Amino acid sequence: MKSSNTEQRRKDINKVLIIGSGPIVIGQAAEFDYAGTQCCKAVKEEGIETVLVNSNPATIMTDRGIADKVYMQPLTVDAMENILRRERPDGILAGFGGQTGLNLAMELEERGILKELGIHLLGINREAIERAEDRELFKNLMEEIGEPVPPSAIATCLDEAEQFAETIGFPVIIRPAFTLGGTGGGIAQNREGLQRLVQLGIEKSAIGQALIEKSVAGWKEIEYEVIRDHKDNCIIICSMENLDPVGVHTGDSIVVAPTQTLADEEYQMLRDASLRIIRALKIEGGCNVQFALNPKSKEYIVIEVNPRVSRSSALASKAAGYPIAKIATKIALGYSLDELPNHITDQSSALFEPTLDYCVVKFPKWPFDKFRTASRKLGTQMKATGEVMSICRTFESALLKAVTSLEVKCHGLRIPYVTERTDEELKAKLLACDDERLFVIGEILRRGLMDIEELHKKTMIDPWFLYKVENIVKMENRLATQEISPELIREAETMGFTDEEIVGLTGMSANALRDLRDYYGIYPVYKMVDTCAGEFEAKTPYYYSCYDEEDESLPLEGEKILVVGSGPIRIGQGIEFDYCCVQGVWALKELGYRSIIVNNNPETVSTDFDTADKLYFEALHVDDIMNVIKKERPYGVVLQLGGQTALNLAEGLSKRGIRILGTPNSYIDLAEDRDKFSQLLKEINIKAPAGGAITHMSQAAGIVEELGYPLIVRPSFVIGGRAMQVVYSDEELYRYLKEAVSLSEEHPVLIDKYVEGIEFEVDAISDGHDILVPGVMEHIERTGIHSGDSISVYPAYSLPDQVVDQAIEYTKHISKALHVCGLMNVQYVYDGREIYVIEVNPRASRTVPILSKVTDVPMVKIAMAVMVGRRLSDMAWGTGLYKKSGFYAVKVPVFSSAKLSNVDVALGPEMRSTGEVLGLDKDLHKALYKGFLGAGIPVHTEGGVYISLRDHDKTERAAKVLASYAEAGFTIYGSAGTTAFLQENNIPCKMVPFHQVADMIGEEIVVMINVPQVTNNLSTDMFPLRRQAIERGLPVLTCMDTAIAYLEAAALKRCGQTLTYPPLFS
Amino acid sequence: MKGKLYLEDGSLYEGIGFGSIKTCVGELVFQTGMTGYQKILTDPSYSGQIINMTYPILGNYGINGEDNQSDRIYAQGLVCKEYCKTPSNYRCEKDLDTWLKEMDVPGVSGIDTRKLTKKIRKEGTIKCVITTEDVSVEELKKLCDETILRNDYMKEASWAGEEDLAPYVQGNLNVAVLDFGIKRSILEALQKAGCNVKLFPYGFTAEEVMAIEPDGVFLSNGPGDPAEAIEAIGEVRKLMEAERQDGSFLPMFGICMGHQILALAAGGETYQLKYGHRGSNHGVYSKETGRSYITSQNHGFAVKAESLMLKDMEVTEINLNDRTVEGMAHRNRPVFSVQYHPEAGPGPKDGDYLFGKFVKLMKGQEETHEEQ
Repeated sequence: MKSSNTEQRRKDINKVLIIGSGPIVIGQAAEFDYAGTQCCKAVKEEGIETVLVNSNPATIMTDRGIADKVYMQPLTVDAMENILRRERPDGILAGFGGQTGLNLAMELEERGILKELGIHLLGINREAIERAEDRELFKNLMEEIGEPVPPSAIATCLDEAEQFAETIGFPVIIRPAFTLGGTGGGIAQNREGLQRLVQLGIEKSAIGQALIEKSVAGWKEIEYEVIRDHKDNCIIICSMENLDPVGVHTGDSIVVAPTQTLADEEYQMLRDASLRIIRALKIEGGCNVQFALNPKSKEYIVIEVNPRVSRSSALASKAAGYPIAKIATKIALGYSLDELPNHITDQSSALFEPTLDYCVVKFPKWPFDKFRTASRKLGTQMKATGEVMSICRTFESALLKAVTSLEVKCHGLRIPYVTERTDEELKAKLLACDDERLFVIGEILRRGLMDIEELHKKTMIDPWFLYKVENIVKMENRLATQEISPELIREAETMGFTDEEIVGLTGMSANALRDLRDYYGIYPVYKMVDTCAGEFEAKTPYYYSCYDEEDESLPLEGEKILVVGSGPIRIGQGIEFDYCCVQGVWALKELGYRSIIVNNNPETVSTDFDTADKLYFEALHVDDIMNVIKKERPYGVVLQLGGQTALNLAEGLSKRGIRILGTPNSYIDLAEDRDKFSQLLKEINIKAPAGGAITHMSQAAGIVEELGYPLIVRPSFVIGGRAMQVVYSDEELYRYLKEAVSLSEEHPVLIDKYVEGIEFEVDAISDGHDILVPGVMEHIERTGIHSGDSISVYPAYSLPDQVVDQAIEYTKHISKALHVCGLMNVQYVYDGREIYVIEVNPRASRTVPILSKVTDVPMVKIAMAVMVGRRLSDMAWGTGLYKKSGFYAVKVPVFSSAKLSNVDVALGPEMRSTGEVLGLDKDLHKALYKGFLGAGIPVHTEGGVYISLRDHDKTERAAKVLASYAEAGFTIYGSAGTTAFLQENNIPCKMVPFHQVADMIGEEIVVMINVPQVTNNLSTDMFPLRRQAIERGLPVLTCMDTAIAYLEAAALKRCGQTLTYPPLFS
Repeated sequence: MKGKLYLEDGSLYEGIGFGSIKTCVGELVFQTGMTGYQKILTDPSYSGQIINMTYPILGNYGINGEDNQSDRIYAQGLVCKEYCKTPSNYRCEKDLDTWLKEMDVPGVSGIDTRKLTKKIRKEGTIKCVITTEDVSVEELKKLCDETILRNDYMKEASWAGEEDLAPYVQGNLNVAVLDFGIKRSILEALQKAGCNVKLFPYGFTAEEVMAIEPDGVFLSNGPGDPAEAIEAIGEVRKLMEAERQDGSFLPMFGICMGHQILALAAGGETYQLKYGHRGSNHGVYSKETGRSYITSQNHGFAVKAESLMLKDMEVTEINLNDRTVEGMAHRNRPVFSVQYHPEAGPGPKDGDYLFGKFVKLMKGQEETHEEQ
């Protein structure tokens, strides 16, 4: 008997348009590149033509070979309509582009475009989206099918909210309808909190609604990933339990899969409820259901339903080994689950529920190391930029592996900041519910300040998890006090302790530990993620390490190369490095090598089961990489694609004699050593801003005298320009030295001449003889703004040709001097007379995916070929500067500042953006305008502009720019100082004192131009105003150059020119 | 305390012993459910078996007074990667270790359960000695070689007494339950569906059953090789053929062993699967509804599909993974059965509707299979 298969896929669909999720923001990250890529591939393999629209250039999905045609255009209804009319697809897949995709689909539907053009919405339907996302409709539906929801009411104004809160009592949760990552939501304990959150919530909501509901904070938070097909078959892919109970956004929670503390009764009760819900919503595809479960009874409530693939579904896919996005795509195309195979085993059916024989822990990665002023309190608004996942056979080991994967300064559960607190501070911090809560719990147990029961009462974290943390603390204690024995070491390793930690706790030497491990064979084995707990034979090469008996991983046959991934998404190291790793793996295939990838980020394409020939889901720690190397014995290791994370392994690996492909480690070192590198530059006659290092305040004056202001100051050993600042005076310099850094012998502060000028970057591939430069990107903002945060333009638009040529020549010299093999990125500044080198990165950079796309030069592929010994002169791309494409590409950064309270929005030398979009056009101004549109920055053509400038920027140039604003019809408001300056320059300006500005934001004032004296200082007058403006969705322009660009976009908009939206390639 | 597993093929697995201090011999099987250990251990169908749990962390929510599927643990032993000493759940009354001690069942933890599972997958279910005592390998081998595993546990697996039959709701249908080692979840499902249950432990005759004039006959799950239940097969055949006073036939519903015995009674054949199906995640396609369901499974034997041909039985459901028979129905009598466990306990309740179907058959509201 055959299982149905009568209908299979819809035959009326021959061309499908897929909507991407746009730029990376908190709450909408790499998981949608993963889902979208899987979706495109799943459609394509059906012989259906694929058209993709996405404005995010850092994605894999927008590269050649994924979709047939890619539109890198703003994800606006206008652009979509234009593209739909041109393409006339048979259907749209909108469920793979996050909330952005769904919202766009809804708008297109509302405009009647889909109906007019006869385009089917595949997989999801308008009704399902509305019923899942409109709070009132959702509540009604849940009541219809008998699913409990908390008492709640919709508020469209504050009065309604207050009335309701009084009837159900505080605390209440406020959730704006239709937002990403819970933007604007929160728990209000009282009236004041309510007022603040409701106001914000209503503004953030796409439909001006906020939900006020009874808080069930403290209940268990449980999630189910569900798939349903058109035959009404439903399955659960994975259940997940949040370690942090209800109250902390699931994106900010430590999440465990499968559920750990639910008995079969409870598990099945919620499973049944999930199925009832997805059936009632009639979703054909994937869906995520979140529950709150009373820890003391079977009482539960449905918190939320996401009628699409999500961050959780990416996690569930990686945790269970089941490709949710792929199967959801097939279902949207008309297949039913029983017709599809399990892609992991090939022999069993896709209609089953994965069963795990391991424990999975997801740990969020927060940006608080970059945003030092941000409130670290976790609540209903997500703050994490990324996450790591780990797999092991016990919870303790999975948890410790996850912590290792975070790349934070800690030893297991011991973070210096936490272990240095006093008892009282710890107790207070426990209640603060911040990102370090787990470590605080560890320290409290370590000191015996509270028992499990008390900790449970205070945090509502299930005792099961607390006991596990206690187990880890007990092991720390045993290591520190007991005699070293092979059994103890094995137990500790099995529990997930790193070598470093064991060495630190026992006091034994690293060599002794290594000898002991060698002698007793205390090494991990690898087990397979196979969806079925070993019941069927699996074909998928997806492994994790554990200390158990059997090693299932057979080394790959043939010549193989290991690519080290980039770990969790964070500020300064985003999805672009995953792009590079994936491209690298694909390039290896073409070059005839087998590929192995090691990474720990569940959101990415690199950790998809069919990306590399073999996937190890591991921490990117040198010990873990070495274990994989020992197992696989690859020909070499590629580190230059996985960002700084991978590059940081170069020293450790080369010390152990491992072949690092590409640039030799000694030169990577040299590039990162300031003194040696400036010496090298001197030798090859290339200028760099002069500078020096000081270890004591008294040395500052000497340097100032030598260099003169302005200066750029920063602590040594930083990544991504952390804690950098430009100073213009003694006052500013000494304040920085006193407040921003702690000067010492070990921690010198670097002081460089700040060269003001045009910043531009050159990305090159070098084979040791020649270089190929696909393109040069010129920044709109002058030096001083981090390259990741500046708007940048391909090709260089204002630099004289000879400057570009000179820079290419310099790049070639540097590449030779550094023996660069593969990718490199050089940042230059041109001050009108000379070119200076600011920074050299002997690795892939943020701009690689952008340049690869706009120039059509497959940079990673070429770099990989070079790394395995090919010559550029033997390849088809030539050497030197590659020919220009016929259009401009403008990269506009996208910030998630609105989601992080107390974070400064002003641009500076420290990177803050989470993502980026690309505006493409033959006309520079149109490309710029599209960039603003894509970034979601509202371009106003009239209204009020509030201006406040630091003294240094009160220049003729600024006056000219601001005069143009006035001429363009904007009403100018200014701070006292700025008003005086403008009036001096005959620019009409109304003075508004700081305390009155707040009320005008979003009313009379629609744009803010504020170049602040100092950033990151909460106590300045302008800081809260910038915050308020950004939270209210206003463009906040903190650099004069950005203000010029904005005005140009506004001018273009005003003259009403129609934009065209051609494809990037087809 | 050390714990050991000695397998018939001579391999030895050493771990940490827990539960009772004891040595037992049984058939080693693996169970892939991620929840439900208490329900699994108390399911009489596991009689004579040593259960290797594939989910590595066992005992997280402890043991409670509500989830038992029978009066005791029927399995011979428990194998796991790790057992939880500090369970947490509002219903938890004791931890797994304590319970196993009380129930006098040995457990071994610290075992590479995945390795063991793959071994069973490749070589089939295997005879095994589990011990938490200080026994030498030679002794284990001797014990293993000398022990002949029984296959007829269904003859003594009836455990329920009158106190277990107190109805939830006053039912109006009288159901004769042929009890081969029934799970409490099945009793509950029948009672919730409105049935008054009368148990017939092994050794029943068709006459005894007919004497209570039941509205329907239910054939329960149970341990062992169904072909060993020769007496029951004969009596069930009589029941299938028995015409009631009004000329109608008895509605009959079988689950798991009940399903196999029905097949044998109809003249079909059963066979032993290499390593059986034990878990909560198998997809089953139903020809009758055109839909597929996730099912709870626990069986080492299956019905041969081709043996049903020409026997008036039709295969109605199949396993989506290995295409084995998951359900059948008589072509012209109100008789049907499933291999899986629609009562769940543990596992998903997707098949719950089958109890309703049985009730309808008894009430004469549902047509027999062929007439649909």
